Amino acid sequence: MLKEIRFLIEKDLLLEFRQRFAFFSILLYVVATVYVSYLVFQRIEEPMVWNAVFWIILTFAALTTAGKSFVQESGNRFFFYYQNTQPEALILSKIVYNQFLMSFVGLFTWGFFSLLLGDVVASKGLFVLVLLLGSMGYASILTTLSAIAAKTGQNTTLMAVLSIPLLMPFLLILIKGSLLAIVGAGWEDVQPYMVGLVLLNAIVTGLGYLLFPYLWRE
Amino acid sequence: MRGVWWKFLGLILVVYSLYMGLLGDVPRLDVLNETIRNLYYHVSMWFAMVSMLLLSMIYGIKHLSDNQQKWDNYSKLFAQTGMFFAVAGLLTGMVWANYTWGAPWVNDPKLNGTAVTMLVYLAYFVLRGSVDDAEKRGRLSGVYNIFAFVLMIVFIGILPRLTDSLHPGNGGNPGFSNYDLDANMRAVFYPAVLGWILIGVWITQLFIRTEKIAAAKKAAQYNNEYEAIQ
Repeated sequence: MLKEIRFLIEKDLLLEFRQRFAFFSILLYVVATVYVSYLVFQRIEEPMVWNAVFWIILTFAALTTAGKSFVQESGNRFFFYYQNTQPEALILSKIVYNQFLMSFVGLFTWGFFSLLLGDVVASKGLFVLVLLLGSMGYASILTTLSAIAAKTGQNTTLMAVLSIPLLMPFLLILIKGSLLAIVGAGWEDVQPYMVGLVLLNAIVTGLGYLLFPYLWRE
Repeated sequence: MRGVWWKFLGLILVVYSLYMGLLGDVPRLDVLNETIRNLYYHVSMWFAMVSMLLLSMIYGIKHLSDNQQKWDNYSKLFAQTGMFFAVAGLLTGMVWANYTWGAPWVNDPKLNGTAVTMLVYLAYFVLRGSVDDAEKRGRLSGVYNIFAFVLMIVFIGILPRLTDSLHPGNGGNPGFSNYDLDANMRAVFYPAVLGWILIGVWITQLFIRTEKIAAAKKAAQYNNEYEAIQ
């Protein structure tokens, strides 16, 4: 199982490298939206506004990132998987891969956003921790939902409709936790949110692991 | 009487709670005053909603495990009844909030949770509508249903405890049970919850039966047309 997962992740990485445009299109999406908010705001001093704009951009970046995780797998390639892999290995590999990708996109968004709109984050370490946990949580929930959306065949619109309401528990915790990190709170204040994020992440990954076998059969 | 006794029980309990809600004895409290009677109507709606959605998820799981089409249908119709209770709970809550908090809609984690829950289940119906193949629809919506229920529990059951809420029992506000849900009110409230759950099951049963009749009618119609062509 572990070997299978590693193999599938390597395959995804290789494919991503070969089709670099998909990866760069996500970065370009982030750059473009951040630049739009730069044109609107110039500089954001207010932590609450900074936080809100940042998470809105990252949420939609996550939707585009994870939304494509099963689209390229459509058609004949699924027959290959049916014969060669277990569904659990497939979904776990996708989740891990997307977590990795989303963490990178999250850090990139943060860097570029701070560069243009001003750096307001007081406790950087805590903020990065919240950011990474949030990106990973996004990746784990959106991967399974993108499997559902891909199966319906109407991927893009349905993906947003299905996942935005389900992302709200995450978003609520994230926004509160990261706001605390921005205004410079200590570890004790942010800790309950961290625990909440880790738990939600575990729940969602577990659900994906249990339910994906029912999704992938044709 | 066999098989229908629970419908009468539900009816009696609901009528009893409606009657006691209007005419029963309640504690006199600041701010709440007589609006405390709304407890019987408002809170029991949420209990009924969560029960309906739980049943919807259980039938969804049942469908995933044995692939029978009728379980999927049950799951959809229970979700439908659950949404009916959500709207009823929201409306009764808005009336109550208007008199105690001063506005029909305030920024409160539980209200946000309810709004999100309704969005999630509306998305569930959109998902069902967008897939034509019945078997595939059953599987996809079953999986989504489980996700929706689990995250709903997180949202309305766990998150409000992390933050302040105007609702009793959260964020420093004492729960009802601490001071004012006295024995008198309990004797009305619990029967009301049970009664509404039974009524909800009854409503769903009627939905299921009307769908069955409609399907049979359609089949008969096709049959007639087929014979006419022959």
